[in-house]
Amino acid sequence: MTSAGGLRARFPVRQGRALRGVSLRWALAAGVFVVVAALLGLALGPVDLGIVAVAREVLSHVPFLGVQSSFSETEDAILWELRAPRVVLGLLVGAMLASAGAAYQGVFRNPLADPYLLGAAAGAGLGATIVIAYDVGGDGGLDLRPLAAFAGATLGVAVAYLLGRSVGGRETTTLILAGVTVAAFFTALQTYVQQRSADTVQEVYSWILGQLETSGWTDVLIVLPYVVVSALVLLWHRRLLDVLAVGDDEAASLGVPVARVRLLVVAAATLGTAAAVAFSGLIAFVGIIVPHAVRLMAGTSYRVVLPLSLAFGAGFLVLMDLVSRTAVAPAQLPIGVVTAFLGAPFFAVVLRTTRTVGP
Amino acid sequence: MMLEARDVGVALDRVPVVEGVGFTLEEGGWLGLIGPNGAGKTTILKAVAGLVRYSGSIRMQGDEVAGIGRRAVARRVAVVPQIPVIPPDTTVLDYVVLGRTPHLGYAGSPGPRDVVAARSALARLDGAHLVDRRLGSLSGGERQRAVLARAVAQDASLLLLDEPTSALDVGAQQQVLELVASLRADGGLTVLSAMHDLTHAGQYADRLLLLDGGREQATGTPHEVLTEELILRHFGASVRIVADAETGIAVVPLRPPVEAEQAVS
Repeated sequence: MTSAGGLRARFPVRQGRALRGVSLRWALAAGVFVVVAALLGLALGPVDLGIVAVAREVLSHVPFLGVQSSFSETEDAILWELRAPRVVLGLLVGAMLASAGAAYQGVFRNPLADPYLLGAAAGAGLGATIVIAYDVGGDGGLDLRPLAAFAGATLGVAVAYLLGRSVGGRETTTLILAGVTVAAFFTALQTYVQQRSADTVQEVYSWILGQLETSGWTDVLIVLPYVVVSALVLLWHRRLLDVLAVGDDEAASLGVPVARVRLLVVAAATLGTAAAVAFSGLIAFVGIIVPHAVRLMAGTSYRVVLPLSLAFGAGFLVLMDLVSRTAVAPAQLPIGVVTAFLGAPFFAVVLRTTRTVGP
Repeated sequence: MMLEARDVGVALDRVPVVEGVGFTLEEGGWLGLIGPNGAGKTTILKAVAGLVRYSGSIRMQGDEVAGIGRRAVARRVAVVPQIPVIPPDTTVLDYVVLGRTPHLGYAGSPGPRDVVAARSALARLDGAHLVDRRLGSLSGGERQRAVLARAVAQDASLLLLDEPTSALDVGAQQQVLELVASLRADGGLTVLSAMHDLTHAGQYADRLLLLDGGREQATGTPHEVLTEELILRHFGASVRIVADAETGIAVVPLRPPVEAEQAVS
């Protein structure tokens, strides 16, 4: 077959360097950020454990290092039974929300897209509100809020997706409009249920604003597989998200099964997000600001945006949780309030000091 | 035979936009689709690229396009769309490497060979100096060069061009068309293009297909298809055809004579 490929031999060019992925500098920065955030989250609180002591304690569990821990039994319990599960949950939820937001922005080519936009937040809110307002499962001491929130989030996005597909438009705008429609409907139902049972309004409200209080490692272990599988699927598709940046038609002409890629990415991001919000409540804004801050600072290719969003989202949420539980101690601020209150000005600064970029 | 289309029909939203179109295109040939806006030129290109459903038959090197599979089609056909989507912050190299997509696995990453293919495609189009530039910073001509380079990097034997020069000044138009012509001469590339500039169509394509209302109206060499009568009938334009052995064919628009009554009212 004669083809333009034959040109290569006749027009040799020197072997260029490979494509830029995450640079070493950014990989290190992301790693340091996550470790520092985690150490701060473990060390600080009503009882100050000390960062160095925490680091020693953690390292003492690594074989062959010979590091001795200086912790008493109480300190040990505070670290491993109270703070560590909360920090790990924060890492998982933050990583999930940020990478899911980045992936949604890629498949919808819309800078404001995240799973919440397609009804994940409204669905989760409705599910949790029903359980809280009608005290479902309360007698058996079983907390059904996570399950209901997970089901609601998944249902919300599934209905939006099917609605968008049935309208038949290939434009991503159709899907987003369907999502907004479903979200409005679910929010209306949620508000109705909430108003009907005024005595639980406070509890519903605080769930919606988000919190990372856990009942220990069990919650973490439930969320973990969802986040890991979802993150792997998203990372696996990072290059295809770059191809989708040239539009559905051109991506198709490059041989990409556009509809299948979109469905897989949306499904992975949605299930991961549903599992995260089931235990964290509706933490807003992380899925928008973390990926955009990464784009502004480190580059717009999804080979860079996805892995860095994952890492910075994880560290970011742990730091925000630290603020939420220490700023007005012994009371706690809802973490959704903190992410918006501190995240928005931070993002404004990033926006002002860098060039403007699209999704 | 690179391409053999018979009785091709395409309906968009159940409205037939192309009906009963047939043509052949030999390897190394350049067939130009001409016709007024809405004639069905772009739709035929999409059908050949396997991007829309069609009735009838489109055979590419003997294989029915609809039966080859999207990735396999993409290895044989490269498309330069009329208005390419340009992610402004993507570097030219990253963009051109996208052309390697049909040669990678489902979620495969481009390797050094793909980067070399992309760089040589750019060099072939005199765009080697653009590698690190961002698409948003390029001029119209440079941008079209990047888009062409992506198509060349795709390593396909059939190039589909949809109005490749519509947003360019006359110099850039000529450069782009000369580049395509040289790709065709050097690499044996076959070209199917939709063109609205009839002079360019006549000078670069070796055969033309005139479409109007989704139907084939005339086909043949530029001299056979570019006639004053056919152009008046299908474009509603008064033109003079200028042709000589040295300059080739040129379609010169004439200002239609204004009738006295119309001029008064």
